[in-house]
This record gives sequence, structure tokens and C-alpha cells, in this order.
Amino acid sequence: MHVKMVVGRYAPDRKLDGELGAPYPPPYADKPRKTYQTFEIDLHDEAMVLDGLIHIREHVDDSLVVRCSCRCAICGSCAMWVNGHAKLACTTKMKDVIENGTVRVEAPPAMMPIRDLVWDMGPFMEKMRSVKPWLEGKPVSPDEEYRVPNEAMDELVQEVSCISCGACLMDCESYAVNEKFLGPHALARAYRYANDPRDSMQQERLKEYSDPNGVWDCTHCYECVHVCPKGVAPLEQILKIRQMSVAAGYTNNAGTRHALAFAESVRDSGRLNELTLMPKSLGLFNIKAQLQSLPSAFNLLRAGKLPPIIHHKIPGVTRVKAIFKKVGGPLT
Amino acid sequence: MIIDYDVLVLGAGLAGMRAALEAKRRGASVGVLSKVHPLRSHSGAAEGGINAALDPGDSWEIHAFDTIKGSDYLADQDAVEIMCREAPRDLIEMEHMGVVFFRGPDGKLGTRAFGGASKARTYFVADITGQALLNALYDTILKEGVKTHDEWFATALYVPDGTCRGAVAIDMLRGELHLLRAKAVILAAGGMGRVYEPSTNALICTGDGHALAYRAGAPLMDMEMVQYHPTTLKGTGFLMTEGARGEGAYLTNKDGERFMQRYAPKMMELASRDVVSRSETIELAEGRGVDGCVYLDLRHLGAELIHKKLPQIHEIALNFLGLDMVEVPIPIRPGMHYIMGGVKTDSDGATPLAGLYAAGECACVSVHGGNRLGANSLLDTLVFGRRAGAHSADYVKSVKPLESGEEFLKSEQQRIQALLDRPYKGETHARLRLELGTLMDDKVGVYRDEAGLQDALAKVRAIQARAQSVSVQDKGRIYNQALLFALELDYMIDCAEATIMSAIERKESRGAQARSDYPKRDDANWLKHILVTQTPGADPKISYQPVTITKWQPMERTY
Ligand SMILES: Cc1cc2nc3c(=O)[nH]c(=O)nc-3n(C[C@H](O)[C@H](O)[C@H](O)COP(=O)(O)OP(=O)(O)OC[C@H]3O[C@@H](n4cnc5c(N)ncnc54)[C@H](O)[C@@H]3O)c2cc1C
Ligand code: SF4
Ligand code: SF4
Ligand code: FES
Repeated sequence: MHVKMVVGRYAPDRKLDGELGAPYPPPYADKPRKTYQTFEIDLHDEAMVLDGLIHIREHVDDSLVVRCSCRCAICGSCAMWVNGHAKLACTTKMKDVIENGTVRVEAPPAMMPIRDLVWDMGPFMEKMRSVKPWLEGKPVSPDEEYRVPNEAMDELVQEVSCISCGACLMDCESYAVNEKFLGPHALARAYRYANDPRDSMQQERLKEYSDPNGVWDCTHCYECVHVCPKGVAPLEQILKIRQMSVAAGYTNNAGTRHALAFAESVRDSGRLNELTLMPKSLGLFNIKAQLQSLPSAFNLLRAGKLPPIIHHKIPGVTRVKAIFKKVGGPLT
Repeated sequence: MIIDYDVLVLGAGLAGMRAALEAKRRGASVGVLSKVHPLRSHSGAAEGGINAALDPGDSWEIHAFDTIKGSDYLADQDAVEIMCREAPRDLIEMEHMGVVFFRGPDGKLGTRAFGGASKARTYFVADITGQALLNALYDTILKEGVKTHDEWFATALYVPDGTCRGAVAIDMLRGELHLLRAKAVILAAGGMGRVYEPSTNALICTGDGHALAYRAGAPLMDMEMVQYHPTTLKGTGFLMTEGARGEGAYLTNKDGERFMQRYAPKMMELASRDVVSRSETIELAEGRGVDGCVYLDLRHLGAELIHKKLPQIHEIALNFLGLDMVEVPIPIRPGMHYIMGGVKTDSDGATPLAGLYAAGECACVSVHGGNRLGANSLLDTLVFGRRAGAHSADYVKSVKPLESGEEFLKSEQQRIQALLDRPYKGETHARLRLELGTLMDDKVGVYRDEAGLQDALAKVRAIQARAQSVSVQDKGRIYNQALLFALELDYMIDCAEATIMSAIERKESRGAQARSDYPKRDDANWLKHILVTQTPGADPKISYQPVTITKWQPMERTY
């Protein structure tokens, strides 16, 4: 297989030959631009993207830098952008991503590049550390294991399969616009400890993870589920934390209020009352935040996008109520 | 820059992190240094599980006997006793750190069967046991605030006046060289799989720890004992965990025959690794393989079990060969997997070089002797990592701080600059690595003989000479990987030399050392360890050490 590999290169201490890439579109407009170099190489048909990069590094240009070690999605080293999407280079088949004989690889704009395909893991790992990813164990005799059902352990294996590669964070839409968002990887790890029957801090954890930049800042874009090479499905873990924290009564935050207001409106009228959604999410007595949102409201009004002032119920709303009853939960 | 610690831990795999945790808990100031982020360490690749005699029906004595028999009686029995006795405690401690071990119906830890073991005593998390352990330990060192220097690459040990007092390392992200000065150093740099090609080991397993100690004058022991794993994937050499056979998978030849019945009628596929690897090699040599491979057949286990308990190898076979093990047998061959040999230590991890400790795969206590049992290595990293951490923390209390080191740092700087300045003469690290690896697999693999070994030694010496002219084209300072690869190549060559010299020396067949010219085990002459020590300006020196025998007299080994 003949491949043209376009490699986004970056070296802070040197000038590189090649074409300086165009600036990224928002929200990455201020991110460092890379120099793109093209390598034409021949590979066997089943080759992975990483095989191409190693080939270049070994036979063409030994200054090409790429983190890799296990070559089979175990060590988590080689997450990068392949044609503009987060992938593990070692398990992405070249033939699956090649377009018109070309494939483009680079460090993702969401991460600070260090050199070529190597990006700064600092902020990513710091997010994980900040969710206190360790067991605060309940009391147990030092000579005996905790007795817990296998199902409870099995439930956590999905997250324990996470190899901390960073693919999810690099394509997370919420992280793109808010660098403080804890992100899919850290929150998946957070779930793993919050739902460990051996942990004694569940309540504190749920409260903390519901704070701003936590579980309620996820926009359900599904990118993390889509790109994760290990089936961790971080969004699913985030949704589980949300459920657990609402059940535990941590509802005094914009995210929960938003979700509850949403559901309340549907229960009572069969449709969404967008006018009351915003104040209810912000908190009915949070006058400051409500005033802050006024300019957007005017913009919406000017653009003719403001929802109707008078909210109508749909016919047969009682049947919707019945559904709520059947499902159960905080709104019945 | 010079940074001071009481204890410097070189390596952040299971052995390194466990050692660091223990030393910190005992009040030492601890720094950990690792050439990759701790979570990328090769311990994460361990699939199958970890051994401990925890079950009431099992006992540490049976575990010890299995280990000693597996080692072909080369293991030191006092060390094996320690490991097997302390195993349950270390396992439980990991469980308390949060490892999500598989449970039995009563909620207690549950097991699976593994090769060479007379009881099912392997504890596991699906087929990601190593990763689950690594994650839990890393989480714990975050909790306890152990300082790590991630992506720092050690280039030399600092040994003024015959005691080890630290290491020089390159901070890859910034391209700077630093001296990490310490009162004791614990080497936990892992294995040397890449000295062979192919190998189940990751690209970072280049024997750095072995070589660093070797160069500092510490002896390497049992280096001829290179474990070939019986089930490595065709082509890439990826590991198909022994857990697969533990769950009941068959090994078959081209006629579909379960050939192990001719070699190990009792234990069949679950005989010891050296035995199974040799059986496969004979099948291949006698023409009962296909394309250099025999088969691992899991079809009768059913889709559900495969997906639940062996997801990782299912995925790897699918990804790299396009084969679904639920439906077809998987072509496999024996491949380099583990080095039993390493830096000689006592059961507290102390090496003969004062101030230097070693633990994990780079150390040789020796608990694995001629052949390591599956799932005993993770155990080894934890038990002896902990013991090295504890002992070193005590040892440093009586060691005075040091002022010197500036000079040494400068000399390392010059050595590395000289490497960077070498002109290009056509020799590359990539080509020499490949040459070295294929040579080792070919001549120093499952079966060995005098002529092949002598030839290999001569060729390795030639590669060593050529390596002196490997040049680094990358002139960048930040994350200069080509420089690392050149340095790693030198480490690998040192390991290869020690392995071949020991293999030439041992004129018998024992454990992983199968010599076609000396096919029998010879307890009268060779029930002893072989040590190799580098001596400045001369060929490395060979010496011996008796095997410690406590309760178990050598017997014939049948499975
Ligand atoms: C595929 C595979 C599967 C396995 N499965 C099992 C199993 O099921 N059960 C079992 O018991 N054993 C298993 N093993 C063996 C076991 O995983 C290893 O022996 C063990 O994990 C080694 O741990 P360690 O801490 O000694 O080294 P590693 O985990 O390899 O760590 C080495 C550390 O040293 C650092 N390092 C190395 N060189 C340098 C340097 N120059 N400068 C700075 N840092 C450096 C690295 O960055 C790394 O942090 C398996 C091995 C493989 C290859
Ligand atoms: S679903 Fe949520 S966490 Fe996942 S990528 Fe989208 S915004 Fe980020
Ligand atoms: S959740 Fe998936 S994508 Fe994210 S770091 Fe873990 S393995 Fe990578
Ligand atoms: S090289 Fe390890 S995950 Fe890709």
C-alpha cells in the first residue's frame, strides 16, 4: 500500500521545513499552528497508522517524535488526531482512514503540543487527580478482603479498562469551550470510585462532582463514547453519577435544576417551556445570574428566536403525567 | 540541576511504585523517575493474573513447591518461601487499594487456573489484571503524594567511592540533564524483551535497569534464563494470555491434534511454560505446524466466556490478524516474554553494590530460577518492591548527605553531547536493533548449542562495535527520541552479552536453558547460579553462587 502521510510537526526550539498550517477554526483559533510535512511511504496492507509513523522515524527521518510503546491499545501512549479525529495510532488501520491515498496525523489542537505528535499530558492528568481517584476505604480487617458481590466489581471493570490515552478529552465538545471542565476521562474515573461499594466517601464525591465544571457541564455530544478505544463510554458513567447525585439529594446546582425544570415542564404541559427553563436552571432567586443572561435574551428577541410568551399545554397531558408516574423518581 | 532524595526509585511500574510507597510510608523522602508516564509502564500489559495461596484448600508450601519445581530447582528456596508466605498479605493490600478483583459467589476473591500450578490460585481482573493493579497503585501514590518525574530517562548511576548515590537522567520534555542524588537507589526498570525480536514486551522494555547496574559493577545473575511464552500471536508477537489455557483452551497442530498429550499427559496445555514452548518447537521442527505456527483453539469455550473473561486477546487477534477466536483457531508460536535473570539481590532487594537495590523484572532474587510460573511475576514485583522500599528506608537513616556530583553530571553531559555530535556514517539504531533481536531469537531462543551461542557472541560484539558509530540526526533538544533509542541500543547490547555468556557457561539443560548439545539436567555440576560482572578494560567476569535449598530436594520434573 502506498500512502502519503501528512504529519503535523511542531518544534518550539527550531524552525521546521514545510508548510505552516492554516489556523484552526474556533474555538481553537489561538492554538499553536503546526508545520505539515508529507512523507510518501510503502506499507503492507494491514498496517496500522502507527506502523507508518514508525517507518518514517526509522527509515526516513529520525527526528519525527511519537509516543508509543505497547503497539496494541494497552499503554495509552499514542492518541492523536487522525484526519481530524481522536484515534489510537496503534490500532487504527491505515486502509480504514486513508482518503485519496492520503492520511493526516497531528497532535490535537485541544492539547498543548510539545513536539510533533507529543502533547502535554499535564492538564489531562491533573483533571484526573482532582477527582480524588483513590479508594477511601471503609474499615476492614487488614487480613481480609472486602466482601462484595462480583457484579459490583464487574460494573467497574468498564472504567478500569480505561488506558488514560486522552482521546476522549481531545475531542470533547464541552472541554473545547471550557478548559476547566473535568472532562470525560476524569469523570469516568470519578464514577469508578463513587460507585465502589468499598468506598466511604460516596456522598462527598457526589457533591463535588455535581459542582460547576463537573458532570452537569457535559453536553451529551457523544464524542467520548465514539472515540474511546476501550469501550469505557465516559458519557454513560457521567450519566450514572448524575442519577446517583440527584438520588442523593445534590440538586442545588444549575445542572440538576435544568434537568428537573425540563422534566417538570414536560410533565405539566407535555412540552418544554423554554421561557421558564432558564430562570429555573439558574435558580429562581439568583437575580444576578438572571440579569447576566438578559443580553442574550434581547439578542434572541431581536432575531425572532424568543419562545412564545404564553405557554400552551398539549392535549392529553394527563397521559404524559401517567407515564411519569409509571417511571417513578423525584417528579412523581 | 541537582535534586536530593533519601530514596530514588528508578522505574514506575508495579515494583517501582510499590517500593516508593513503602519507603514513603516509612518516612523517607522519595522521588520516582520513569521514562514514560507511570500508567504507561509495561506492568499494565499483564493480562492473566497474580498468584497467592489464599484459599483455605491451598497453602504457601504448595505454592512454593510449584514455584520451585517450575524453576527447575534453580530458585533460591529461602526467597521463594518469603514470597509465597507474604503473597496473601500483599494481594489483600492491593484489594484494599481498590483493585476490582473477580469474586466468587460468597463475595470473596475468586481464582482461575494457570500453568504449572497444582491449585487454582491466580487472582485476576478480566484479562487486564496488570492494568488494574497499576491503576490502583498509581491512584494510591497520588493519594499519598509521592513525587514522580515522568518522562525522565536515566542515563547512568552515580557511584562515587563504591556506593550508589543517585542517577543522572534526561528530562525529556525540556531536554535537560539532571543529577538525582540519593542515599539509596532502587532499580525497578523492568524487563529486556526488546533484546529479542519478536517479543511480547513493549517497545520500552530495553533492559535499561540491567545495563545500568551492570555498568556500575553489580553482578547480573541467571541471565541465560529467558522465558519463551508458548502462545504469542503470529507476526507481531503479541501475547495471548495463559489465562486462555487456564479457561480451557487447547493447543493443536496442523492435524488438529492436542499434541501436549504426547509431552505432558497430566497437565496437558497447563504444563510449565518452558515445557510447552519446547513441545511447540518440536512440533514445528517436525513439520506439524503451519507457516511457523501451531494453534490456540478457544472455540469450544463459547462466545460468552471469551467476551467476558478474555476480551483483550479477542480484540488483539481480531485487530492484528483479522481472526475471530470465537470461530477459528488462532495461529501462535513461542516468543520471548520474560527474563528470569537480573541484578542479583538478597531477599530485601539489596544488591552487592552498597546503596543499590533492585526489584521487579530487572532483579534476580532469585524466585523464578530457570523458569517463572505464570502470574508469579506480578507477585514478585509487589512482595520484593515492598521489601526493597522498607529496607532502603531503614538503610538511608545512617547515610550522610552528599555534596559532590557536579563533576559527574558534567561528564555525563559531555558523553551525551559527543553522541549527538557523531557524524552520520550510515549506521542507525533501528537497523542494529533489528539485527540484534533477530540474532537473539535465532541463536539464543528455545533451543541453544555451543556453535550457535559462540556465533551469537561474536556477532553481538560486532554489533557493539558498530553501535559506537550510530548517529543521531535529530538535533532538537526537546523530546529527542532518537537520542534515547541510541542510548537504549547500548543497554540492549549489554543485556545480550550477559545472556549469551551465561548461556555458553551453563553446559546443561535446565528450565528455559535447553541445550541440544547437553540435553540433560546436571545437578552434580550445575545446581548453581551463574553471575556475570562487567570489569573495566577486560571481558566480563563469570562467577557462581550456590542455590539455596531449604525443604525441597531436586527431583525429576514431569507434568
Ligand atoms: C504481555 C505480558 C503479559 C504479562 N502477564 C503477566 C501476568 O499475567 N502475570 C504476571 O505475574 N506477570 C505477567 N507478565 C510479566 C509482568 O508483567 C512483568 O514482569 C512485570 O510487570 C514487571 O514489572 P516491573 O515493575 O518490574 O517493570 P515495568 O512495569 O516494566 O516498569 C519499568 C519501569 O521502569 C521505567 N524505566 C525503564 N528504563 C528506564 C530508564 N532508562 N529511565 C527511567 N525509567 C526507566 C519505565 O518507565 C517503567 O516505569 C506479563 C508480561 C508481558 C510482557
Ligand atoms: S458527551 Fe460530554 S464528556 Fe463526552 S465528549 Fe461530549 S461533552 Fe465531553
Ligand atoms: S475513557 Fe477511553 S478515550 Fe478516554 S482516556 Fe480512557 S481509554 Fe482513552
Ligand atoms: S502504543 Fe500503546 S496504546 Fe498505542
